[in-house]
Amino acid sequence: MTANHPTKSIGEGLLEDFPILNIEVHPGIRLTYLDSAATSQKPLQVIEAMDDYYRSTNANIHRGVHALAEKATAQYEDARKKVADFIGSEKVEEVIFTRNTTESINLVANAWGRANLNNGDLVVLTEMEHHSNLVPWQMLAAEKSLRLEFIEVTPEGELNLDSYKKLLDQNPKVVAFTQMSNVLGTINPAREIISMAKQVGAMTLMDAAQSVPHLPVNVAEIDADFVAFSGHKMLGPTGIGVLWGKLEMLSAMPPFLGGGDMIKKVYLRSFTANDLPHKFEAGTPAIAEAIGLGAAVDYLNLIGMETIARHEQEITAYAIDQLSKIPGLTILGPQADKKGAVLAFTLDGVHPHDVAQILDSAGIAVRAGHHCAMPLHDKYNIPASTRASFYLYNTRKDVDVLVSGIETVKKYFG
Amino acid sequence: MDDLYREVIIERYKNPLYRGELDPHDISFEDENPLCGDHIRIDLRVDDQGIIREAGFSGHGCAISQASADLLLESVIGKSTAEIKKLTKEDVLDLLGIELGPVRLKCALLPLKILKAGVYGLGESSDDLLEKVED
Repeated sequence: MTANHPTKSIGEGLLEDFPILNIEVHPGIRLTYLDSAATSQKPLQVIEAMDDYYRSTNANIHRGVHALAEKATAQYEDARKKVADFIGSEKVEEVIFTRNTTESINLVANAWGRANLNNGDLVVLTEMEHHSNLVPWQMLAAEKSLRLEFIEVTPEGELNLDSYKKLLDQNPKVVAFTQMSNVLGTINPAREIISMAKQVGAMTLMDAAQSVPHLPVNVAEIDADFVAFSGHKMLGPTGIGVLWGKLEMLSAMPPFLGGGDMIKKVYLRSFTANDLPHKFEAGTPAIAEAIGLGAAVDYLNLIGMETIARHEQEITAYAIDQLSKIPGLTILGPQADKKGAVLAFTLDGVHPHDVAQILDSAGIAVRAGHHCAMPLHDKYNIPASTRASFYLYNTRKDVDVLVSGIETVKKYFG
Repeated sequence: MDDLYREVIIERYKNPLYRGELDPHDISFEDENPLCGDHIRIDLRVDDQGIIREAGFSGHGCAISQASADLLLESVIGKSTAEIKKLTKEDVLDLLGIELGPVRLKCALLPLKILKAGVYGLGESSDDLLEKVED
């Protein structure tokens, strides 16, 4: 296995780079991993980059003058540059490392929100948000008496832009939305949503947790004020996420967490904040994880995001086609051309937990539950759903295994 | 899989004998498993001697939690509330006749947790009761 040269043929050709995809999860039963929307698997290149850091360059970053500290700092900052290039950010200091998407959104809600929002201000979200782009605003709304309103989701699983226009008439201060739903798979018209928000002067935040790993995303083109995503859904490790923000927004914001590294000078009773991006990175950051994320970005670049998006589109269309043939199975969300590689479904008469349990016995990893989107499930009047999600390493064969797994479920409950 | 989804579990899930709300009732309690969203309500009719005469459950959930509710209610008809307070995790697993991992154990024990909370008259938080049930 040559870790430094991933095979470029997508799908099955990548399997040798992902050791976990070749394991047997139950005796004699190979893993079929269809849960990448929860977290992706990691290629050897990422695992080895982190391993190598701990074996040969581990040191705390910034301010150290010894050789290892310099190397570790350079690797950490190099990872930031890779992420900046990956999402089309010209200014590397616009990339803030956080723990994950959730922390990135909390950072904005707390630092920007506390400084800029007041009693009665309107925050517009959508009915398809993950709890991570819902709860931070609910918490802030309770504290500052803000109003929350929601762009409606149509029965087909798309945003109702007419309902959005009506909300814009009320001059919201914030429009925060997901670029791609983690349940419906819907890819929302981000540029349109943002340009409409700008006409009323609203701050815009885009939850890109599901989009950045799967689609080419260029922050300069999309033109949101903030974009949040996680490393672990894009082949990187857990514990590292990104908040991208426009320089003028980040500069004008007060810090979020206080402590080491985020300061320039500290006196007994006061401090001055550090320059960007360090102002928002208090304490020792996730250094190995940032380096791992950098390696993940390298890997994604080697395959190419256009290629990945095309591959997933093809698998998703095939999966929709195959699953639609199963009587009693209902797929949530829009058709393949408006959808990312996420397929949530219900099966008449069978609870998603039972579906997932029986699929697991065939080595198939799917998710069952509300996928951190309880209000969306309420909207569709279902308690839960089963979700299969795909990534660059999945193949049509995986879809076939899923279909035969669902047949087995039906046999039990038929 | 055949061990987990025994015929009796599938049968009770599809054709429960004690499904339904009782109105009026002497005891009613509902709760959910926030992890999976399973939601169950249990209604009981109790006579002057504290004996359960009728029982019904409603709500939604997986085969394990629904079958557990149905089998549990069947087993408590004719029992006293004092006896219900003594029911344990093992009693439920005996009814189901299966072994369960930690995640699905919560599904199986949700009905017992609710039943006990109802019988105890909500004197204790249901989370404490769950711990008691799982111990």
